[in-house]
Amino acid sequence: MPLQSTETTIIGGGVVGLSVALGLLQTGQQVTVLDGADSDLRASQGNFGLVWLQGKGSNYPAYARWTSEAVSDWADFADLLTDLSDIDVHLEQPGGYEVFTEQSEFDEFLVELENQGKTLGKNLDAEILTGAAMRHRFPELGSKVVGATFCSRDGHVNPLKLLRALRIAVTRLGGQIISNATITNITPTPSGGFSLIDRSGQTFGAEQIVLCAGLGAMALAPQLGFRTRVRAQRGELLITEKIGSPLPFLSSTIRQVDEGGIQIGGTKADAGLDDGDTLEFTARLAQHAVEVFPQLEKTRILRSWGALRIMSDDGYPVYAQSSDHPGAFLVTCHSGITLAPNHAGPLAKWIANTSDAPNLEAFDESRFPFLQTV
Amino acid sequence: MKVVSRFYRLSDAGTRTVTLTVDGTPITAQERDSLAAALLAHSAKASRRTTRLDTPRTAYCMMGVCFDCLVEVDGHANVQACMTQVREGMVVRLQSGLPEMRGRND
Amino acid sequence: MTDPDLIIVGSGPAGMAAASVAARSGARVLILDEQPRPGGQIYRNIGENRDRLGWLGKGYAAGTELVDDLDHPNIHCEFGATVWRSDPGPTVCWSQNGHSQVTSAPYLLLATGAQERPVPFPGWTLPGVMPAGAAQILMKTSTLLPRDAILAGSGPLLYLVAAQMIDAGTPPKALVETQTRSMAIRSARHLPRAAFALPLLLKGLGLLHKIRKHRIPRFTGATAFRAETGNGGTIQFSFDASGKAHHHECGLLLTHQGVVPSTHMTRAAGIAHEWKATQECFHPTSDLWGRTDQPGLHVAGDGAGIAGAEVAAIAGRLAARDILHQLRLISAGTRDQTSASDRGALWRALAIRPFLDTAYAPTEAFQSLTDETIVCRCEEITAGELRAAVAEGATGPRHIKTATRAGMGPCQGRMCDLTVRGILSANKTTEPPAQPRARNPIKPIPLGELAALASEPETKP
Repeated sequence: MPLQSTETTIIGGGVVGLSVALGLLQTGQQVTVLDGADSDLRASQGNFGLVWLQGKGSNYPAYARWTSEAVSDWADFADLLTDLSDIDVHLEQPGGYEVFTEQSEFDEFLVELENQGKTLGKNLDAEILTGAAMRHRFPELGSKVVGATFCSRDGHVNPLKLLRALRIAVTRLGGQIISNATITNITPTPSGGFSLIDRSGQTFGAEQIVLCAGLGAMALAPQLGFRTRVRAQRGELLITEKIGSPLPFLSSTIRQVDEGGIQIGGTKADAGLDDGDTLEFTARLAQHAVEVFPQLEKTRILRSWGALRIMSDDGYPVYAQSSDHPGAFLVTCHSGITLAPNHAGPLAKWIANTSDAPNLEAFDESRFPFLQTV
Repeated sequence: MKVVSRFYRLSDAGTRTVTLTVDGTPITAQERDSLAAALLAHSAKASRRTTRLDTPRTAYCMMGVCFDCLVEVDGHANVQACMTQVREGMVVRLQSGLPEMRGRND
Repeated sequence: MTDPDLIIVGSGPAGMAAASVAARSGARVLILDEQPRPGGQIYRNIGENRDRLGWLGKGYAAGTELVDDLDHPNIHCEFGATVWRSDPGPTVCWSQNGHSQVTSAPYLLLATGAQERPVPFPGWTLPGVMPAGAAQILMKTSTLLPRDAILAGSGPLLYLVAAQMIDAGTPPKALVETQTRSMAIRSARHLPRAAFALPLLLKGLGLLHKIRKHRIPRFTGATAFRAETGNGGTIQFSFDASGKAHHHECGLLLTHQGVVPSTHMTRAAGIAHEWKATQECFHPTSDLWGRTDQPGLHVAGDGAGIAGAEVAAIAGRLAARDILHQLRLISAGTRDQTSASDRGALWRALAIRPFLDTAYAPTEAFQSLTDETIVCRCEEITAGELRAAVAEGATGPRHIKTATRAGMGPCQGRMCDLTVRGILSANKTTEPPAQPRARNPIKPIPLGELAALASEPETKP
């Protein structure tokens, strides 16, 4: 028996889906979130928790500006979440470093940063440091570091607390979250709505849907005629035992979580949908960590894992309304933590078509060629 | 009732002993003891205070599973005492809260 | 050893018996064990003790022969060697004295044994509360005997420890059993089959006789365990039994609710596992030879399913013969013929399990915890916090772990997985929760040690 139709049904209960849900609830919509199974691929439970600007959108000005807005809005967003959920998501924006142990990678990044600076101007607020300058600033730094860049606007949150806070906030604002509803089929109905079927055969009706299913969009987006294709990019991560002394600084590959453990990440590999971890990449991460901070040598790793980033063909977000079925929206990106304030703010307004909705044409999927499904 | 140790040591003639220090105090252990056994034989008191709620703990499973027996050994924090054999001159410090990056001796 | 044919992880009865059989038919065996000496937990330190500590009983002394059989030119043992990762190959990463190496062999036998089932109740984290098996380890390795101790819980090990304490001259102050009269009655229907394992049954009766003869106070059907610290460091132990509240003071409270397979290594290796309802635990799925769904990986002993030391040794021999056959060192016929008597012995030894599993099942009391009870000892997460996460919508192990941090500490869920599962299962509207994933490293290793493997070529011991 179909459940009662609500105004908007969001497919996907990760950070992206819940952020959009929170925003739509604030515009006054009724929202149902269909969340998948515990064992589904979940980037929201395996990510690194950065709220990061530097390097983003060096060749895509709209994305650089979009990220810059999100980073500005994060503090207010964190306060809102605390008010709504009583959970502190531990946002810190002390500024962050990109640290390099390979000269060629450093040089490449400097070009990207320069491009990004052309778009953002003073809003980037970045600084370039040689290895020697870095060691002068942080005497404990390893000798292999060849250079670094610093952006005063970079930061991080506790991504697991964020996920929990979003769930609680959505529920308290009257949103309904349904678990174990992994949607496998979406069929437009003659009345302009949609009929959704989950893995167990349960059916849901929806007037308007927002597809925030992460890698689930691989199977679902084509069913609605979207041309966006997503693929998985595996990142491997390590977390260590908790330590009492603070790390000297935050970087995009090594950060200390608020509970005290050191999280290390940043690998990229194409491994299909395998979210396991490998000796090769975890050893490389460990090597990177001790090259940057030799004093971490004896700190023990408690856990390593793989997590799958959700990548569009050009790697940038896609916010699209279906031309065939105007009640269907597609939202997909790989930086759901950084962009969360935008997803709960301007993006939700765009979906709800409020009077102050932003123009998000730059993120439409018309930038991709239409590929015939085979 | 005052509990000094929660264990009796069965007299075991011919077993050699070693001396280690625990928070600066010398204690004697049997050569074949794990560090956790030596600590339990020596005292009924906590060998660690936890990081979140600051509650007392001692070695629990004695087989490397539970990680409740963590102590600082020769400057290295979070060593499993039940998986560590005692050595002459071993310097042991009991942990309270989170350890510093390289142990408190460095 | 260069190029072993078989790597065995764990030198308890299963691993030792497997090594002995494999080596004597020409296979080169590498044994890796994280303890300093062979024996596993059941025969811990037997090679050093031999018949020295008679009060540990004949069952313990039975391990001597298995340890002696490791003395063979085809067997190479590495102790203090912690396996922290396995990959297809099979390949294992192991750490010893602060240095890690990677070793491959065509076959890998995981004989990782059991751990005690965690027994959470208010106060189970206090100094002075330990598992009964931990006290036994202290007896075997350091001749330390529990002082003014109460034994509480359920299962044959509780009786064995009581008998060992009596024989050593330090009897327990009381035996507080959670077993109820109805459990005893339900188990009785399995007695005829259990009679096939008569020696084991008689051993159990002998232990009970000893406990009665020494007039150890016994309480049955005990519930609502609670421990608090008293003056001078004592444990104030309270419980309900026969409709009355009881309070006892002791120096040491030793608890036990049976043992469960240690599955972190088998899970991390990607082997399929199944839930065994009669024992309320997961175990890796394997066939009669201990073969699993992962190429080259066999399992044997209590790590493959709880059945005790005698069955473990038999299972180790069966796995070894199957591996010998796959190595083409023996024929299928030889494998089957030489295994016939072990198969019979296996059937007889397993005959007692339905009786034991029913008589000493973990009681519901440990699933219906008070909200203030710590469940995850590492992260200090209470049953109440876990229930709050369930109320927020957690239906599976991953959601509840990421929402609460239960299972994220150094033990990686070994001390809370099963209790968390019980709390998730209390919500009967959804399917029983799946088994949580076990992550690498299986035991924590320093960053520097893992980093060293990034540049080093593969090495062999």
